[in-house]
Amino acid sequence: MASSVSLSEPIHHVALSLADQLPILQIIIPFITAPLIVFLGVRQLAWPLAFLASVLCVVTSSLLLKQVIDGSEISYQLGGWAPPLGIEYRVDAVNAFVLLLISGIASVVLFWARLGLKAEVPERSHALFYALFLLCLTGLMGVVITGDAFNVFVFLEISSLSTYVLIAQGCHQDKRAFTASYNYLIMGTIGATFFVIGIGFLYMATGTLNMADLADRIALQHDNRTIQAAFAFIVVGMGLKAAIYPLHLWMPNAYTFAPSPVVAFLSGTATKMALYVLLRFMFTVFQPAFLEEVPLIEAIILPFAIVAMFASSISAFAQRDLKRMLAHSSVAQLGYMMLGIGLFSHTGLTATVIHLFNHGITKAALFLGVGCYVFVVGGASYEKLKGLGKTMPWTSAAMVIAGLSLVGVPGTAGFVSKWILVQAAFEQGWWIFAFLIVLSSILAVAYVWRMIEALYLASPAEGAMSQEVPFLMLLPLWALALSTLYFGLFTDITLGAAKAAASGLMSGSSGMF
Amino acid sequence: MFDIFPTAFIFFAGALIVAIAPGHRLRSAIALLIPVMAAWQVYNIPEGVFARAEIFGQTLEMMRVDKLSRVFALIFCIAAFLGNLYAWHVRDRVQQLAALFYSGSALGAVFAGDLITLFFYWEGTAIASVFLIWARGTIGAYNTGLRYLIIQIMSGVILLSGAALLWRETGSIAFDKMTLGSLGTWLIFISFGMKCAFPLMHNWLQDSYPAATVTGTVILSAFTTKLAVYALARGFAGTEILIYIGAIMTLFPIFFAEIENDLRRVLAYSLNNQLGFMVVGVGIGTEMALNGTASHAFAHILYKALLFMSVGAVLFRTGTSKASELGGLCRTMPKTAIFCLIGAASISAFPLFSGFVTKSLIVDATAENHYTLIWAVLVFASAGVLSHSGIKIPYFTFFGHDSGLRPKEAPLHMLLAMGITAFLCIYIGVNPDPLYALLPYEVEYHPYTMNHVVAQLQLLCFALLAFVILMKTGLHPPEVRAINLDTDWIYRRILPDIVMSFGRGLGAVWTSAGQSAGMFFGDFYKWLEKVLGPETGVSGVRPVGTMTLWVSVLLSISLVIAYL
Repeated sequence: MASSVSLSEPIHHVALSLADQLPILQIIIPFITAPLIVFLGVRQLAWPLAFLASVLCVVTSSLLLKQVIDGSEISYQLGGWAPPLGIEYRVDAVNAFVLLLISGIASVVLFWARLGLKAEVPERSHALFYALFLLCLTGLMGVVITGDAFNVFVFLEISSLSTYVLIAQGCHQDKRAFTASYNYLIMGTIGATFFVIGIGFLYMATGTLNMADLADRIALQHDNRTIQAAFAFIVVGMGLKAAIYPLHLWMPNAYTFAPSPVVAFLSGTATKMALYVLLRFMFTVFQPAFLEEVPLIEAIILPFAIVAMFASSISAFAQRDLKRMLAHSSVAQLGYMMLGIGLFSHTGLTATVIHLFNHGITKAALFLGVGCYVFVVGGASYEKLKGLGKTMPWTSAAMVIAGLSLVGVPGTAGFVSKWILVQAAFEQGWWIFAFLIVLSSILAVAYVWRMIEALYLASPAEGAMSQEVPFLMLLPLWALALSTLYFGLFTDITLGAAKAAASGLMSGSSGMF
Repeated sequence: MFDIFPTAFIFFAGALIVAIAPGHRLRSAIALLIPVMAAWQVYNIPEGVFARAEIFGQTLEMMRVDKLSRVFALIFCIAAFLGNLYAWHVRDRVQQLAALFYSGSALGAVFAGDLITLFFYWEGTAIASVFLIWARGTIGAYNTGLRYLIIQIMSGVILLSGAALLWRETGSIAFDKMTLGSLGTWLIFISFGMKCAFPLMHNWLQDSYPAATVTGTVILSAFTTKLAVYALARGFAGTEILIYIGAIMTLFPIFFAEIENDLRRVLAYSLNNQLGFMVVGVGIGTEMALNGTASHAFAHILYKALLFMSVGAVLFRTGTSKASELGGLCRTMPKTAIFCLIGAASISAFPLFSGFVTKSLIVDATAENHYTLIWAVLVFASAGVLSHSGIKIPYFTFFGHDSGLRPKEAPLHMLLAMGITAFLCIYIGVNPDPLYALLPYEVEYHPYTMNHVVAQLQLLCFALLAFVILMKTGLHPPEVRAINLDTDWIYRRILPDIVMSFGRGLGAVWTSAGQSAGMFFGDFYKWLEKVLGPETGVSGVRPVGTMTLWVSVLLSISLVIAYL
């Protein structure tokens, strides 16, 4: 149960301290709280409970990260059933890092939602909203923490189903949220189906579902057609959830019509979770050796990463709605992460993992800012944003900071990850990629500029009063905006964790204990 | 913290008290007390290096006490005392603060044993002193103050760059004797030269000193330039080029001073001329010459202050310091007139006055070292000094044609300040030995030899005669209201004109470029919008079918690749 347990020794039932139960606590807290909110049915209790649960998740994930940041692993057996038969939660530097990101953003967004949600979702739906939010959080974290391939699918569905409903909550603002959600439902189901088909193939070929066990067995039969097909299905299925180009088409609409806190949460976490699964399967389950034999990285990931960096940046530039612009920019930023994978090196993966984190907080900040604008002016089209830099100075200043991080201006978090990505490109001698990274960053300047232009250079509408959102909504926004600055200047935590994660990924699976 | 409380800090502490002290009399009293305390400390401090501080791996020496720094520090304390006494009536807290910070910084710079400390105090004098100019409150004074500040700060920045270069070259930031050669030493030299008002760098002096307040000018006249002379004596003693620079400095202001109408500006020019003597002394660099420089600076601060005080008192009472508007004031301001005459006699180096016993050290040093031409220049300049400072100032103010003005005598504290200064001028002239004892080197010099006195009197009498003849024949340049163009016209008029017209041209080009670029980008932008806008296929909304198509395409590719 604890990390030092090995199969060769008889398992003694020793009393476990709370610290040993951290991996399951991480999941069980939001999972229990969600129905609790519904059964209590007291609207006033919904938010405090949800917020408390998310904060507890942050605490557990920080404790977990502290334990594994040195490169060690924690293996937790559910119900005392030993893997590979039993379900195993496995925590290492990579997923502890992603867990912290997901739970952290969830808490910040929930904090914001207490006041900010009212503008977009009627209060009678709030209790259900928070319950679904926690379920989504449960699913996202479950996918990340579990060491069982089928368990990934289960949690994926938990998060997806709750996400569809959360996106549809935007219907109170705009009925198109329904179609957006429905489209996402279809696409998400296709992705999940592909994924589960891939898992089925793997089970067929190996007879196991535990990831570490899978890794050991796949290593023996690289040329098995079933396993190769499984690989293709899993990459495409998860790629769809991660919205890698050109599988991103569901995303702009879903992000545009969902309520702002949902978008802030999903943009910072959902695609990041999918990307994590992709990393986990490619590097831990299939192992780097397999990747070298199947040239999917060179043929699919690398070229589409480059296309994403440019095509989506240009699309982002062409948008007239801030929310939609940010959605397209997310696809472009995912291109950078895919490029890090495509470079297939330690530095490249470091860049992917750190950008996953940095972009997560940056985008969450931007979408929260959008939420603030929606709160005040009821929309986020550039037309409505005109002159808000003067009437909403605090929100807009935070948006500028986060926007600079999106561009990758030195001193911000976005710079750190792009810098490492450029280094990775140089390391491989592919200076052309380094050049392309910089070139696409210029496009990012262009689309962020359109936002700043609308906010600051256009004059506000006649008779517009200076109307800032309440302090309690500014606080989470500024916390995220300042954290982009903090992680841009002090990179010990993020870079350390990302390096440990990359080392873990590049060395493949450590196999069963 | 320090083994010795740095003298400059006495002034700064005093300034802090003045900043919060109520009542201007109390503040003035504190401002008088501070220099006395400082002088007491300076007088009793043993020689050596004190108040070291470690910073960035460099040792700063805040108190390097030897005979050279002590004599300058002493006269600075005396000047601060006299200046503050003269300014007893001032109620403006800013001026009182500025005066204290200014004199404190000057003292700090004199005691600085390293270039970094020197730099800080160097800038300190610049920043503190500009408030004495701005305190006048006129737009002209404000602009003048800005020009003054720019040049002073520039001097500091050049000093810092020079110090940095020197540090890279030698690894030491000690402020000791340097030899010109490397870029670093040249920069330091130029920085000193700017403060010392070398020819062509002198304009700030004539520009700013007459612009300051009545009391501000008295204080300004004592510190900045003498600090520069000290820095030159410390760093560049015996640098031959200084001899020629100094000689030019003694000569050219004479002509400007002769035709200048504003008496405070006349004094500013003559200040420049007197600095020339000191710079020549530094350039010769022998023990006798350096003694001459130090003692001349000492005496000069006193009599220059006395002259500025007397003209200032006139300005204070009449509201003008223009020669053309003054005259005949000796009837109602007799005491001021007498003090002015004593100052004039001192600057003209009449025997029994301070200028005589100090200037002759320098002039004789040139002769002794066989700089005959320089000696002749200095002698000529001495005659010139007599003409413009010794005669012109008192003559046009207190005598000459009657302007009809009947102002009251100067206030008591001003008379007191002038009286003490005048007393010191005469005392040094009559009994130079106490001053000689303070000098950096042993003095074996007797100014009152028959030969010397007669020669000086001959010079002075003939200069007087020349003045009388010129006045009687009407050849002396008349005192008219006019503005004399100095070389600063180049950077105050021509340069801005050139820059402005260049700027206008550039602006026109820029505007038209911006317009055409704007048109181009506007079109480009519209085209982008048309091709990529939200309504188009690239960025627009897609049906589920398209998405699914892409999924299947990608899956097929992946499968093919995986199978290959």
